[in-house]
Amino acid sequence: MADLTASRALAPIGTAGKLFAFALDVVRGIFRRPFQFREFVQQAWFIASVTIIPTALVAIPFGAVIALQVGGLIKQFGAQSFTGSASVLAVVREAGPIATSLLIAGAAGSAIAADLGARKIREELDAMMVLGIDPIQRLVVPRVLACMLVAVFLNGLVSVVGVAGGYVFNVVLQGGTPGAYIASFTALAQLPDLYQGMAKALVFGLIAAIVASYKGMNAGGGPKGVGDAVNESVVVTFMLLFVVNFVMSAIYFQLVPPKTG
Amino acid sequence: MGVEIQIEGLTKSFGKQLIWGDVTLTVPAGEICVMLGPSGTGKSVLLKTLIGLLKPDRGSVVIEGVDITACRERELYEIRKLFGVLFQDGAMFGSMNLYDNVAFPLREHTRKSESEIRSIVMEKMDLVGLLGAEDKLPGEISGGMRKRAGLARALVLDPEIVLFDEPDSGLDPVRTSFLNQLIVDLNAQIDATFLIVTHDINTARTVPDNIGLLYHRHLAMFGPREMLLSSEEPVVRQFLNAQTIGPIGMSEEKDADELEAERERGVELPPLPPIPLQLEPSNGIPRRSQRPPGDWCRENGVIPPSGSFEQNMTMSTGG
Repeated sequence: MADLTASRALAPIGTAGKLFAFALDVVRGIFRRPFQFREFVQQAWFIASVTIIPTALVAIPFGAVIALQVGGLIKQFGAQSFTGSASVLAVVREAGPIATSLLIAGAAGSAIAADLGARKIREELDAMMVLGIDPIQRLVVPRVLACMLVAVFLNGLVSVVGVAGGYVFNVVLQGGTPGAYIASFTALAQLPDLYQGMAKALVFGLIAAIVASYKGMNAGGGPKGVGDAVNESVVVTFMLLFVVNFVMSAIYFQLVPPKTG
Repeated sequence: MGVEIQIEGLTKSFGKQLIWGDVTLTVPAGEICVMLGPSGTGKSVLLKTLIGLLKPDRGSVVIEGVDITACRERELYEIRKLFGVLFQDGAMFGSMNLYDNVAFPLREHTRKSESEIRSIVMEKMDLVGLLGAEDKLPGEISGGMRKRAGLARALVLDPEIVLFDEPDSGLDPVRTSFLNQLIVDLNAQIDATFLIVTHDINTARTVPDNIGLLYHRHLAMFGPREMLLSSEEPVVRQFLNAQTIGPIGMSEEKDADELEAERERGVELPPLPPIPLQLEPSNGIPRRSQRPPGDWCRENGVIPPSGSFEQNMTMSTGG
């Protein structure tokens, strides 16, 4: 009985360990030749095609909400001239990576998990291993790299669309002055903000693709298993990405002091 | 020329449930073997263990001096190039058409030119009777065609060992007979070691040189075809003749008291049906590993059931 309880309590640690071991396998696979360039390009194209439009559509209201919130607040402080800088700061530092993580986990991750899961239950992965080809190197590595690449671009997309959305809402709906909005861009935000957004997106892409691949490759028990794998991969990725986002933000604030003046 | 597989003390369990324990056998080089067993006795698990897809708890599988249960991953991928495996549903890559599927191993492992690849692929497609279907996607063809395409892909690297996971499941009797004939012809042609996992007794009675029977979490018997077909061992006898009377029940195995009751009622196993002739290659030239009918029985002083080894005997079993 005690044995059973112990094994149940320790099961999550075992899963975490297996996920980590899988991640190490993937990292090792990245440096193994031949690199599957074709698969990489195909996957990057595929991931981009399923994420670009939803990302843009999510980014607009994200920028708008920030503009509304910050705009109202800042008016009370009497610092309207800083509206632009506050919205840039919020979008580039936080909204960009968060929206990217949502889309990467929800759209790209679920697509990867479903694809690999279907291959797993159709015994395609077994067949591949039997044909002497390592599926991690052949399928997972190109997907992980493609996901990281696309995540960085998505982050840029969210930043641009979000700031533009904020501009429209601030100027058109709240009667802000266009000049002040644009002029204050660099008042608080700085270049490292952009770098950390890209770094975050890169890490999010890595985590989302690895979790999705791991769950997909370990799907079992027929079509229902694939559904479960997709579901689990999205939930696990969300949780991991939000935690990692917090940790990376905290580290960033330690490393880069906020701009004054 | 075919490669021998030496399996020693192999044990596998999932969690606390033992699948089979202490399986020891040698699959002889260049011969056709069939592994039989009631549903759910881990035949496919055994197959997957032989190619290193699953790790056994104990025991070893030695192929060309390498123990694949304990070797490094890189060695495992090298050893696997000796194998051709036909999976239950063909396991074709859904995103590629049949031609690319069959060409896949050649493109990955050899430096052949596209025209060489084309001639090899077309030869294998012809062998399995799929010429003209190269451009189809696996989703667009029937299960039987997928299976034959899987066979073409398994053969494309000229394997030394070919494993078949239930080649007859989901096929009609005619296609099954054609596939069986194809298996025998292939063995005559390429001399590879064949291991077929199935529960189709017709295949088991006519195709192989050797038969193994997995039952009740162990290997009940492994030996030449005639040895098992003339065996008086209740389990072997019941299974190979598809009878309801015997130790195997509807669930995994019958209860001891049910068996006891059967014995008290004096239920006797029906007499052994005659042993059929082994399927011969279609060109009539015997395979290298083929033995004349009745050879084993004569050598071991076993009298085969009357009517054995006659031409045109009925294929019917059961009773």
